[in-house]
Amino acid sequence: MDLSGLFAQVLNGLQYGLLLFLISSGLTLIFGVMGVINLAHGSMFMIGAYLAYVIASLTGALWLALPLAVLGGLAMGAALEAGLFRRFYKREHLDQVLLTFALILLFEEARSAMLGNDFHAVPVPAILDFSVPVTAEFAYSAYRLAVLVVCLFVALLMFLGIERTRIGSAVRAAAEKPEMVDLLGLDARRIHLLVFAVGTALAMLAGALAAPLQSVYPNMGESFLIICFVVVVVGGVGSIAGAFWAALLIGLVDTLGKAYLPEIAGLVVYLLMAGVLLWRPSGLFAPGR
Amino acid sequence: MPAGSMPLSRRSFGALAAAAAAGGLARPAVAQGAPLRIGLMLPFSGTFAALGENIAAAVELYIAEKGGRIGGRTPQLIRLDDESNPANAVQNVNRLVGRDRAEVMIGTVHSGVVMALVQASRERGVPLIIPNAGNVAATRELCSPTVFRSSFSNWQPAYGMGLALAKSGVKRACWVTWDYAAGAESGQGFADGLKAGGGELVRELKLPFPETNFQPLLAQIPGLNVDAVGSFFAGGGAVQFVREYAAAGLKDRIPLTGSGFLTEGVLGPQGAAAEGVRTALHYGDGLDNPKNTAFRAAFKQRTNRDADVYAVQGYDAAQMLAAGLEATRGDPTAEAAFARGIRSARIDSPRGAFTLSPSHNPVQNIYLREARGGENRVIGVAAEALADPGTGCRMT
Repeated sequence: MDLSGLFAQVLNGLQYGLLLFLISSGLTLIFGVMGVINLAHGSMFMIGAYLAYVIASLTGALWLALPLAVLGGLAMGAALEAGLFRRFYKREHLDQVLLTFALILLFEEARSAMLGNDFHAVPVPAILDFSVPVTAEFAYSAYRLAVLVVCLFVALLMFLGIERTRIGSAVRAAAEKPEMVDLLGLDARRIHLLVFAVGTALAMLAGALAAPLQSVYPNMGESFLIICFVVVVVGGVGSIAGAFWAALLIGLVDTLGKAYLPEIAGLVVYLLMAGVLLWRPSGLFAPGR
Repeated sequence: MPAGSMPLSRRSFGALAAAAAAGGLARPAVAQGAPLRIGLMLPFSGTFAALGENIAAAVELYIAEKGGRIGGRTPQLIRLDDESNPANAVQNVNRLVGRDRAEVMIGTVHSGVVMALVQASRERGVPLIIPNAGNVAATRELCSPTVFRSSFSNWQPAYGMGLALAKSGVKRACWVTWDYAAGAESGQGFADGLKAGGGELVRELKLPFPETNFQPLLAQIPGLNVDAVGSFFAGGGAVQFVREYAAAGLKDRIPLTGSGFLTEGVLGPQGAAAEGVRTALHYGDGLDNPKNTAFRAAFKQRTNRDADVYAVQGYDAAQMLAAGLEATRGDPTAEAAFARGIRSARIDSPRGAFTLSPSHNPVQNIYLREARGGENRVIGVAAEALADPGTGCRMT
């Protein structure tokens, strides 16, 4: 095995894992705090990616899509929470699954009606359209490195927000001991609104960042949704730290699996998940359990 | 006579009755008063709409050139949009041969949809000419006396690429593709072509369709110690792959090559990343022969668009149909004679004249092309008069 090839693959794994973290962090909080299995989270990723595609083709300025994805995501998340999800927290998981599955169908149909079913490549912004050698034989596009840095930065913001702020500790309390929220006299409804809005914004931001790396195509959110649920389960539901480390782990295992065990590449992450669940049924970083 | 050698289907009975009602003779071969219903089942919406439109326009161009007739019959074109949706394929084919009573079929682009057409042609005896979809099965194990192809088998272009690489001195190469039938069939062609020229396929790198996380595959390539990389991607996936290959810094050290679809119709968005990429296909830009020059001018005049490989395949589908009709005095139900007519014809194609192999697939030159300034320039012949092996085809 050549070491420089391994190094390039590790970098690929980290980059992929950090992108998974952006999507999974919202998913794990929504699941952890509100107890909702939000299947439509992948659609938020898809919408973010198509937003980047539309912005890039209309204006040529892809970076514009990033603030728009965040603001649009906050608004969309808040609207979904206040308009729909709020009524489903006390319902059974089956009802929630039906609701969120219906949302997937709605979003995909809307995407199909407005933008068609084509596969579109999204150009990398011109100033980042060059490559940086990472090993003697393999280069990395500057855009890919930039995404890696942005993801790390967002992860840092998430840590600080969750660990160092009052509202962050309220969210943690809501995820770990929901009854504490009432005992402390916190407004659970505001926490729910905030978590949903931020989670949705992160998924849309991830989509916008990923569009030049992944292209945009119908149902692109679903393949990411499944792998992100693996991240959530492995990391421990409701844990941001868990989502972070699990996302990196899954990103690495998936990438190295594809590179070195191509025959069973599709299975490797699920074998890992099964192993983790046998060893620690509530995940690596299960909060408060 | 055909009616003696095969059971009279409802469709040909209908044609017969119509002929009788029109006061004609009770022989379909001379029932030339009624128009010939040609079913054009093609994508007129969705991802492949432009391909379907070019195929249909080229069929119409041929008919117009012949004064509104084809093989001595007046055609009635029945367009049916298959949307490239395999889920509706069977239903659409049933509409075409049932409700619309198509007597011959031309279709389609998508390889998942075409199998429903092949199936219907085998079961009902309605002749089918495939103007694009390259599934090898259609002219191998599922071949039929009533199924013809004017395009290519997936195996052919990739075989040409493999052979051309091996002849240029490439000893080791790898193949990158989506993990689906077209990718695997092309990969087999690439491997066979390399082997025929003394080279070797050392690894196939695959990812699930339509994922685009190419990085884990690309990062393996430097370690494989290969002289060239072959690939099969099309459309948006091809744009992404060619750009990432260049961004990974591989393009200048290990030449990227592929089946022609890698750079077909996508050179614009691929930009500089595609410059110099060599591909193999049965057509290309700057192909210098009188037929091609005339065809491109006529197509441009009629549609205001430039002709492409899909237009050529549509035009040749019409030429093949005409050859079958001419051999049967306009009767597509004369199965054996219709097939003999097409088989013995030399199709004067803009790609260069070709004939059909015993399994009804074109025996054709596969050209080597190089992407330069937004064109896939033909720079040579990768494989001359190449026939698909037709493995497993038993005409019954």
